Amino acid sequence: MATQSSRSAARAMLSPTVILLLIWMIVPLAMTIWFSLQRYNLLYPDRTGFNDFGNYTRFVLSPAFGGAVVNTLILVIGVLVITVVLGILIALLIDQPIWGQGIVRILVISPFFIMPPVAALIWKNMFMNPTNGLFAEAAKVIGLSPYDFLGQAPLTSIILIVAWQWLPFATLILLTALQSLSSEELEAAEMDGANALKRFWYIMLPHLARAITVVVLIQTIFLLGIFGEILVTTNGGPGTSSTTLPYLIYKEALLDFDVGTAAAGGVVAVILANIVAFFLMRAIGKNLDA
Amino acid sequence: MARHVTTQRRAINTAAAWTVALILFFPILWTVLTSFKPEAQAVASPPIFLGFDWTLQNYVDVNEQREYFRYFVNSIIIALGSTALGLALAVPAAWSMAFVPGRKTKDLLMWMLSTKMMPAVGVLVPIYLLFKTLGLLDTRIGLVIVLTLMNLPIIVWMLYTYFKEIPGEILEAARMDGASLKAEILHVLTPMAVPGIASTVLLNIILAWNEAFWTINLTVTDAAPLTKFISGFSSPQGLFYAKLSAASTMAIAPILIMGWFSQKQLVRGLTFGAVK
Repeated sequence: MATQSSRSAARAMLSPTVILLLIWMIVPLAMTIWFSLQRYNLLYPDRTGFNDFGNYTRFVLSPAFGGAVVNTLILVIGVLVITVVLGILIALLIDQPIWGQGIVRILVISPFFIMPPVAALIWKNMFMNPTNGLFAEAAKVIGLSPYDFLGQAPLTSIILIVAWQWLPFATLILLTALQSLSSEELEAAEMDGANALKRFWYIMLPHLARAITVVVLIQTIFLLGIFGEILVTTNGGPGTSSTTLPYLIYKEALLDFDVGTAAAGGVVAVILANIVAFFLMRAIGKNLDA
Repeated sequence: MARHVTTQRRAINTAAAWTVALILFFPILWTVLTSFKPEAQAVASPPIFLGFDWTLQNYVDVNEQREYFRYFVNSIIIALGSTALGLALAVPAAWSMAFVPGRKTKDLLMWMLSTKMMPAVGVLVPIYLLFKTLGLLDTRIGLVIVLTLMNLPIIVWMLYTYFKEIPGEILEAARMDGASLKAEILHVLTPMAVPGIASTVLLNIILAWNEAFWTINLTVTDAAPLTKFISGFSSPQGLFYAKLSAASTMAIAPILIMGWFSQKQLVRGLTFGAVK
């Protein structure tokens, strides 16, 4: 029952946000695409002009690219598997009637609020350091030789650090979804003789399906961009063994000053992220209708 | 789900839940403890859990030697600045979409969300060069602008889901009584929207405070916030565990406490209302 005047007022209130977001979306993307087709290296300012798809072939054919894509996938999938599986288990546990549920919730959610460089440095220095980290100390106690986590298994170590940061997010969302499950349904199933495993499989898991989808998709968006953790722990190394796509692009741009190739890498990253985003938008859009 | 269980069952569940919670929280606890140790005891072998010589020296040192305070102020200015600017843009936008929805409102919301899907690294090069040209590199205002635009879709979405829950009849009643648009927003809507706005503010401050891509790549020293400060410990300096811990504790404490208060709203904000 909006009047004409309230409609135009509404439009006026909406437009600054829309215009700014439009600029924020189009200008940098257009520039990235433009640069990606140019010869543009800050170290060789005299080499300019169109390079057609030369930057793309250079980026995609560089020896580091294939490895970076594989590393990115391992990182994303590894963290997703750990956080979703453990997240479900911890959510089920906290959802039980326990003493001090509020404090347990607060302790479990805490790692999510730690800024990425702090989280990465705590783990790198105080836990995974092979000379005086806590893991090395623990190994000494049980008579094992200390393990150089970030040197020997850099990607796995980074996966553990990132999983620690994102496990609270998965747990919190799954717990929220679990709490909206009606207890009558579970009690009815229990009376019908369904055991705990059956109740989980046939009632809880289907109920959690949408929350799991949301966790997977949102985490994927953030995990595809993981950067700070790699920068402060391994710098992508040793060699390129923990270089992911975002880190590779960062290296091209700000360490090798090759703007053109970095821009081409950026476009590749945008395309990959959009494939994921397509599915996320559908899941959330469906929910809007409901 | 309140179910009846035996006391014994409850005790077992409680023990298990607390064990898991303490394991997950342990790295934070250990950092806080280490921040009070003398540097030599911080690397003692075997490690000392509580029986060390408690000291505040690390906090004093970090503040004096590394100008911690300047980074802290930058973090506050960037987090609060981007939140205030974002709110100023998002409150009217969310209000208009919630109460005067048009045919395109849903598409518009989805489109705003889609701007979040752009990986930051994909536009690092142009933003960096634009900032260089405009003289915005290493300035607080530059970071405030980037973080505002980055988080704007989340703020709009969160406010929209809260505003949606305010019954429209109340606004119509106010309109019948002759309230102007301004009076309607100030005296009718705002009081009802305060809890939603408050949790939006909290979430946005958390996101801005912890943002570690643009804050690291677009600053050198002048505008550098705590994310950059902590990253500076990544090489040899990181071996000063007690000082690293003191700096880390100060960097995470304010946001950790805010996070504890906003954890319930967090779910809604981070899932764009898909899970409540």
